[in-house]
Amino acid sequence: MPELLRGLGASAGTATGPAYRLADPPRLPAPRPVTDPVAETRRAHEAVDAVCAEIGRRAAAAADPTSGEILRVQAALSGDRTLREGIAAAVRAGHEAPHAVAAVLADHRAVLLAAGGSLAARAADLDDLRDRVVAHCLGLPMPTLPEPGCPYVLIAVDLAPADAALLDPERVLAVVTSAGSFVSHTAILARARGLPTVVACGRALEIGEGTLVTVDGTAGRVSVGATGEATAAAVPPTAPAGELRGSTADGHRVALLANIGCAAELSGVAVEGVGLFRTELLFQHHLDPPTMAEQVEAYAEVFAVLGSRPVVVRTLDAGSDKPLPFLHETDEPNPALGIRGLRVARRRADILKTQIAAIAAAARGSAARVAVMAPMVTTVAEAAQFTALCRDAGLSTVGVMIEVPAAAVRAAEILQAVDFLSVGTNDLSQYTFAADRRSGELADLLDPWQPALLSLIALCAAAGEALGRPVGVCGEAAADPAFAVVLTGLGVTSLSMSPAAIPAVRAALAAHTVDECRAAAQQALAAADPATARAAVTRV
Amino acid sequence: MIRTVLLGGRAGLHLRAASRIADAAARQPAPVTVRTAQRPAAVPADSVLSLLSLGALCGTELILEAYGPGAATALESLARLLAIDPDVASA
Repeated sequence: MPELLRGLGASAGTATGPAYRLADPPRLPAPRPVTDPVAETRRAHEAVDAVCAEIGRRAAAAADPTSGEILRVQAALSGDRTLREGIAAAVRAGHEAPHAVAAVLADHRAVLLAAGGSLAARAADLDDLRDRVVAHCLGLPMPTLPEPGCPYVLIAVDLAPADAALLDPERVLAVVTSAGSFVSHTAILARARGLPTVVACGRALEIGEGTLVTVDGTAGRVSVGATGEATAAAVPPTAPAGELRGSTADGHRVALLANIGCAAELSGVAVEGVGLFRTELLFQHHLDPPTMAEQVEAYAEVFAVLGSRPVVVRTLDAGSDKPLPFLHETDEPNPALGIRGLRVARRRADILKTQIAAIAAAARGSAARVAVMAPMVTTVAEAAQFTALCRDAGLSTVGVMIEVPAAAVRAAEILQAVDFLSVGTNDLSQYTFAADRRSGELADLLDPWQPALLSLIALCAAAGEALGRPVGVCGEAAADPAFAVVLTGLGVTSLSMSPAAIPAVRAALAAHTVDECRAAAQQALAAADPATARAAVTRV
Repeated sequence: MIRTVLLGGRAGLHLRAASRIADAAARQPAPVTVRTAQRPAAVPADSVLSLLSLGALCGTELILEAYGPGAATALESLARLLAIDPDVASA
């Protein structure tokens, strides 16, 4: 019987694999008296220089700009005069090199922790520097990721930027940390790579080496002692383009699209298009605000990779669980119900206008079929306004996401104002069931098989069929092969998910006729609860 | 010469934000120090670690000091940087 550990879901998706722990940081040896303070100071400074130079090399090699930037800032600390002077003072006070470095960084760390909030979450940045410098002084190997020789689930107290930057989705299936928060670097970088991640899982370190675990980064749960096969995170499917298209056994087309956050996520992945291009990364990890030119470049990079394939760009989805705290009031009593998604434009219309102009400019210079959609749309008026803005900018295909129940029940009216709908099942669940999507305790309510959620999706799909306009689903739920069959039966025309999940969904659709899908959908809609719905569909 | 400013970054003066300030401080014609009302010890604005250890959150009052030629320019440019949110996307 697998044991269930709870934490916070920090990066959506699920994966199963053997658990391996990040090596413990080096321990400080018993202190010895300093005989030559000058030589000892030089030893400490050289250690800092060597470690920062190494971090700088990693920054240059970092695959994505997010990791690179965090590492470059860390590397630059080698020249920081407060650090150098602090170390010299600590040595003069009688600490030998590793102790001196640890003491200076510990002081600064304490201030960060005392400051609380998002600053406390960054204390790991200094811990990592300390561990590396101490290891260097002692001649110990640097703390590195485990290499068990097979893809694994990484277990750690927390990840430092330098570790997180090395996460290779081909080797690391998922991440579980005992510390950390939704805004720690572990979470930010895991999301950037689409690695299922659970943070703040208090009992994570009790998991034995090599134990098979299933990580559910959506619900924030870790099942220890899971049975079954390890699931590869991102085995790039290499099917020729002709076989990429999703369809049922009898040829009913369902587009199978990828959810991505940057161009790098498309490398080695064969997909028929992108159903959700999240643009938050560009805003989240920029040292300076992204200018129009920077945005054009980032969008054009994705469009170029896609050639003439379709891509749906979602405008900035900030607020609530997406940590861009600057865009909404910090004192919002309930951020999930506050200024988020398209609502940000109520206060900062300029951000949306610039982004739409940048998407349009990038689209003009590319062959990709570019569509744009807005997140968290609630009313017909919002949809109409967004459409007008995009059309004015020269974007011809405009849609909105259906994440709010109010929008789902008026899907037919909203669809008259736009070209397509895209249902975001994660948020639609959260708002329909009044259950925080990060609450592990309420995970049963957030089950996508809940009949009430299916009813809302059915409303949207029916609106699409009536008007002959596409209605897609781009939540994590679309990645569940059995659920994809139900969605197809409801009349959903495209499914967008993490690229790794597409082959299984394609196979499930190809195994059923469209009538079988419809029968499955009716069974699921008629079921009393999620378990009955699942069971009914399995029988079809 | 003293100038006060409220920290504009909603995420606080974190590592990357501090790095931006320190880089700018190193380019100023006069050395600038920073302190908060809570902790009287002023720290050099060109050190990332020092800026971090101010533990400044959004809205924290920062007191900048600089003297000598170029002090006014230095204070003005750092105050402006500290007042805006480095993470915010401007048009």
